[in-house]
Amino acid sequence: MLPIDASSNAPVYDELFRVLFSIGTSLFVGICALLGYSLLRFRRKAGDLGDGLAIEENLPLEIIWTAIPAIVVLFIGIYSYDIYERMGGMTPLTDHSAMHAAMATESMEMGATEKAASASADAPAPERIWGGIGAAHEPLDAVTVEVTAMQFAFLFRYPEQGIISGELHVPVNRPVQLRMKANDVIHAFWVPQFRLKQDIIPGQPTLLSFTPTRTGTYPIICAELCGPYHGGMRSSVVVHDSEEFAQWQQQQTPV
Amino acid sequence: MTTTSPGTLLSPSPEPGPSLQPQGWLRYFSFSLDHKVIGIQYLVCGFVFYLIGGLLAGMIRIELATPIADFLPRETYNEVLTLHGTIMIFLWIVPVVNGGFGNYLIPFYVGARDMAFPRLNAVAFWLIPPAGLLLICSYFIAGAAQSGWTAYPPLSLTTPAAGQIVWIMSVLLLGSSSIFGGINFIATILKLRRPGLKLMQLPMYAWAMLGTSVLVILSTPVLAGTLILLSFDIIAHTGFFNPSLGGNVVVYQHLFWFYSHPAVYIMVLPAFGLVSEILPVHARKPLFGYTTMVFSILAIVFLGLIVWAHHMFTSGTPPWMRLFFTIATAFIAVPTGIKFFNWLATLWGGRIALNSAVLFSCAFIVNFVLGGITGVALAQVPFDVHVHDTYFVVAHFHYIVYGGTVFVIFASVYHWFPKMSGRMLNEPLGMVHFLLTFVGFNLCFGPQHWLGLNGMPRRVAEYDPQFTLINQLSSVGALLMAISTLPFLLNVLLSLRSGAAAGDNPWRALTPEWLTSSPPPVENWKGEAPLVTRPYGYGRPVEAR
Amino acid sequence: MTTPFPAMDRSADGSKPQGGEAAIVDHGHGAAAPEHPDLRMFGLATFLVADGMTFAGFFAAYLTFRAVNPLPPGSNYELELLLPTINTALLVMSSFTFHRAGKELQQQRRDGCRLWLLITAALGATFLAGQMVEYFSLPFGLTSNLFASTFYALTGFHGLHVTLGVIMIAIVWWQARQGGGLSHSHPFGFEAAELYWHFVDVIWLVLFAILYLL
Ligand code: HEA
Ligand code: HEA
Ligand code: CUA
Ligand SMILES: [Cu+2]
Repeated sequence: MLPIDASSNAPVYDELFRVLFSIGTSLFVGICALLGYSLLRFRRKAGDLGDGLAIEENLPLEIIWTAIPAIVVLFIGIYSYDIYERMGGMTPLTDHSAMHAAMATESMEMGATEKAASASADAPAPERIWGGIGAAHEPLDAVTVEVTAMQFAFLFRYPEQGIISGELHVPVNRPVQLRMKANDVIHAFWVPQFRLKQDIIPGQPTLLSFTPTRTGTYPIICAELCGPYHGGMRSSVVVHDSEEFAQWQQQQTPV
Repeated sequence: MTTTSPGTLLSPSPEPGPSLQPQGWLRYFSFSLDHKVIGIQYLVCGFVFYLIGGLLAGMIRIELATPIADFLPRETYNEVLTLHGTIMIFLWIVPVVNGGFGNYLIPFYVGARDMAFPRLNAVAFWLIPPAGLLLICSYFIAGAAQSGWTAYPPLSLTTPAAGQIVWIMSVLLLGSSSIFGGINFIATILKLRRPGLKLMQLPMYAWAMLGTSVLVILSTPVLAGTLILLSFDIIAHTGFFNPSLGGNVVVYQHLFWFYSHPAVYIMVLPAFGLVSEILPVHARKPLFGYTTMVFSILAIVFLGLIVWAHHMFTSGTPPWMRLFFTIATAFIAVPTGIKFFNWLATLWGGRIALNSAVLFSCAFIVNFVLGGITGVALAQVPFDVHVHDTYFVVAHFHYIVYGGTVFVIFASVYHWFPKMSGRMLNEPLGMVHFLLTFVGFNLCFGPQHWLGLNGMPRRVAEYDPQFTLINQLSSVGALLMAISTLPFLLNVLLSLRSGAAAGDNPWRALTPEWLTSSPPPVENWKGEAPLVTRPYGYGRPVEAR
Repeated sequence: MTTPFPAMDRSADGSKPQGGEAAIVDHGHGAAAPEHPDLRMFGLATFLVADGMTFAGFFAAYLTFRAVNPLPPGSNYELELLLPTINTALLVMSSFTFHRAGKELQQQRRDGCRLWLLITAALGATFLAGQMVEYFSLPFGLTSNLFASTFYALTGFHGLHVTLGVIMIAIVWWQARQGGGLSHSHPFGFEAAELYWHFVDVIWLVLFAILYLL
C-alpha cells in the first residue's frame, strides 16, 4: 500500500503505518459490523408502531467507551512519539553554526527586537534554523547539498565540488544533509520513497537529513501549492552506489 | 397562511397590514424576519451554491481524468480549486448546517416564537448571496483567487491581486454573517428559553449549536483580522506576511488555522446535533447518554480551539509544538468517540425504520468514523510528514465533510421536509438517491487514500501516469455523485407539488417542532408554546414523557 | 413609549393579534408571545467578545513577530512615551466621565448627563487628535518595516473603534436631550455606548502595555 522504501527512516515509517492501519481497520470494521447488525436485527417490521426500550444511559458502558479510545489514543501518541524519535525528529535544533553564510537571507539577520535593539543591534546573534526530520544530525561523512526551490524548479548545489545540478544525486547508505531555501513562495520537498516531506519557506533556511538505503531513481515532488506550474515542479533523486556517485561527481563541471 | 413581521428596527411607523408583506413563495425573496423563512432561505441558497461548487468539482475531476493538464489552463485549474473549496465550505456547509437548520429548529427547541434578534438574523442571511455572487463574478471579471482556500502567502501576494482581494472581501462578508448568526444563537439558546425549560432538557441540536456558536464567536474574528492584514500586504505593500519585506509567513498559518481548525467543528458539530435528533425518532428509543453527549460537545469545543497547528507539521514548527498538537489532536477522538458509541447504543434494541433519513444517518456514521480514523493517523507527526498535502488529506476531509456533514444534510432534509413543506418526500426516489450517493462517494474518495500514500500531491492539474486508472475511478465516482443530485432534486420538486400530505407529526416524534402544524404558523404554535422536558422520551408511557 | 428602537417592544403600542390564521404576529416580541426580555445588551456583549478576539489575533501576531522576526539593522526606533501616556490618561478618564453621565441620567438630570457625555466625547476626540499628532511625528511610515506596519495596524484599528465610539456618544448625546427618546429607566442606546466605550478603553490599556511598555 506504500511505495518501496528507500531511506533509513522508511521502514520505521512503514512499521508505524502498519500499526495505525491495523488499529484503524479493526475499529472501523468493528463499528461497521455493529451498525450493520443493529440495522438488520432491530429493523422495524411493517405496521409496528411500538417503541424500543426506554434505556437512557448506562454508566459502566459510557466509562468503557471513554476509556478504551483514550487508551488507544494514548498508546498511538506514545508510540508515534517513539517513532518520531527514531527518525530523529525530536532532537532540538541547537546547531547554530551549521548554516552556510550565503544561506542567510536579508531578513534573517538577527538584530534584536524594537526595544532591545539600540543596545544590541550590532552584536551578531546566532542564526535561526528551522528543521525537519533528523535536521540536527550532522555526521562527519554527511554529503551536504544546498537546495534552492523556486517557481518552478529545484536547484541542487554541491558546495564542496562547486557542482550545480537540476537533479539530486546522492550515494547510498551515507547520510545526506540538505540545506534548503526558497526564493519566492513556499515549496515543499517530498520524496515518497523516503517518506519525507519538508516545507521550504522563504526567509527560513531549513535543514533536512536522511540516509538513502536503496539505489535507484525516485521522484522529488513539490508538495505545496506554489503557482500554476506547481504540478510540474518535479525533479528526481538518483541514489548511486559510492563508485557511481564519485564518477558522477567527476563528470560534472564545477561552476 | 403566514405573514412576515412588518416592523423595521429604526422606523417607528405603525405596523402595516399583512397585505403589505410578500405572500407565498415571494416571501423567500424578501427581507423576512420569520426564522422559518430565513432557515429555508439559507437551505435553498446553500443548495444552489452546492450545485455550483459541485460543478467546479466536476471540472476538477474531468481535468484529473487524464494525467496531463489538458482540460483547463493551469491558472484556471487553481482558480477552480480555490473557488470549489471556498464555496463548499463558506457558502454551502457552514450556512446550511448552522444558518439553515439552526434558524429553522432552534426557536422551536427553546420554545420561542423567533430568534432573539430577528432583524440581525435577516441581515446575516442577506450578506450571503452578495458575497457568493462577488466570489463567483470575480472569476469572470478579473480572474478568481488562485492560491487555494488557505490563501497562504507569499503565493497569495504574488498571484493576481484583484481576485485575491475579492476573495478576501467575500470571506469577510461571510465571516460577519457567521458571527451575527452566532450571536443570535447564543442569545436565543441561553436567554430565550421558555419558562420552565432547563438547559439540560434541550434537544441535543440546541447544545450543538451553542457549542458551535461559541467556536464561531471565538475564532471567526481572528480570521477576519488575519485577512485584513493579508489585504494590507496586497494593497498597501506592508510586509506582515511577506518574507522579502521582513515578514513571517508562518504567523499567517497559525492565525489562519486558529480559525480554520475550529471551522471544521463548526461544520460538523451541528451535523452531530442533527443526527442526534434523527436517530432516536426513527429508532423509537431515547437518545443514549444525554449527559455525556452534552459534555462531549463541550470537550470538542475546548479541544478544537487548541489543536490548530496539526496543519503545519511540515512548516518547521518546533518539536515541542508538534508533540503538544499531536496529543491534543488525537484526544479529540475520545469525546467524538463517545458520541458515536452513544448513537450505536441508541440504535441497539430499537425499532429502526429503514428509511432514507436513517440510511443517510447511518452512512454518515460509517463515513465519518473512517474519516476520523484517518484524521487521528494524520495527527501523528511522523505519519503526516509523508502524506501532508497529498490526496490522503483530500480523502480524509471529504470523508468527513462530504461523507459526514453532507450526508447528514440529506438525512435532515428527508427528516424535516415534511415539517417544512407539509408534504412527504418520495421514499423509493430517496433510496435511489441514497444508493447513488453512497456508492459514488466511496468510489470517488476511497481510492484517493491510496493515491496520497503512493505519491500524488494535492492541488495539481497533472500527475504521474501510474495514477491514471485510480484517478479515473475517482472521476467516475464523482460522476455518480453528480447524477445522484437528480433523483434528489426531482424528489423535492415533485413532492412539493404533489407529495402525500404529511400531517403534523408523521414520524410520531416528541421534539417541539412536531407539536404544531406542518408547515407551522408564523407564531410557531397556536397558543402557548409546549413545554417539552423529555424530548427523547420514547418507550415511556405518555404520562411519563 | 420612549425607547430609541420602538419596534423592539411593539406590544407597548397595543397591537394585538386579530385571531385566526391571519393574525399579525411580531415574532417573539409580539402580543401573542409574552414579551421577551431585552437581549440587546447581551448581544452586544457577545459581539464585543468577538471583537476582542480580533484584537487578540492582532496582539498575538505582534508578539510573535517581535519574538521571531528581527528588524533589519538600523530600523530600530524608541517610541516616544509622553504623548501616548497622556492619551492613555485621557481615555481612562473618559471612562469615568461616561460613568458619571450615567449617574446623571439615572437621576433624571438630563442637562448634567449631556454635559458629561460631551466631556467624554471631547476626551475621545482629543485622544484621536493626539494619535494623529503622534502619527505625523513618527519617523516611520506604514510600510517602513514590520514593526511599523504592526504599529499602525494595531493603533489604527483601535483608533477606528474610538472614532466609532465618539460618533455613538454624539448620537446618544443627541437622544438624551429633553424629549429625545432616551428613557432613563431603560436607556439601551446609552448603555450600549457605555459598554462599548469601556471595552475600547480596556483594549487600549492592553495595547499600550504591549506596544509601548513591553
Ligand atoms: C468537518 C470537517 C473536519 C473534521 C470534523 C475533521 C476532524 C479531524 N481531523 Fe481533519 N481536516 C479537515 C476537515 C475536518 N477534519 C479539512 C478540511 C482538512 C484539510 C484542510 C486543508 O489543508 O485544506 C483537514 C486536515 C486535517 C489534518 C492535517 C493534514 C495535513 O494537511 O497534513 C489533520 C492532522 O492532524 C486532521 C486531523 C483530524 C482529526 C484528528 C479529526 C478528529 O476530530 C476526528 C475524530 C473522530 C474519530 C476518531 C472517529 C470517531 C471516534 C471513534 C469511533 C472512537 C475510536 C477511535 C479511535 C480510538 C481512533 N485533519
Ligand atoms: C466542504 C465541502 C466540500 C464538498 C461537499 C466537496 C465535494 C466534492 N469535492 Fe472537494 N474540496 C473541498 C471541500 C468540499 N468538496 C475543499 C475545502 C477542498 C480543498 C481546496 C483547496 O485545496 O484549496 C477540496 C478539494 C477537492 C479536490 C482536490 C483538488 C486538488 O487538490 O487538486 C477534489 C478532487 O477530486 C475534490 C472533489 C470533490 C468532489 C468530486 C465533490 C463532490 O462530492 C461534489 C458532488 C456534487 C456535484 C457533482 C454537484 C452536482 C451537480 C451538477 C454537476 C450539476 C450542476 C448544474 C448546474 C449548476 C445547472 N475536491
Ligand atoms: Cu513548488 Cu509547488
Ligand atoms: Cu484541523
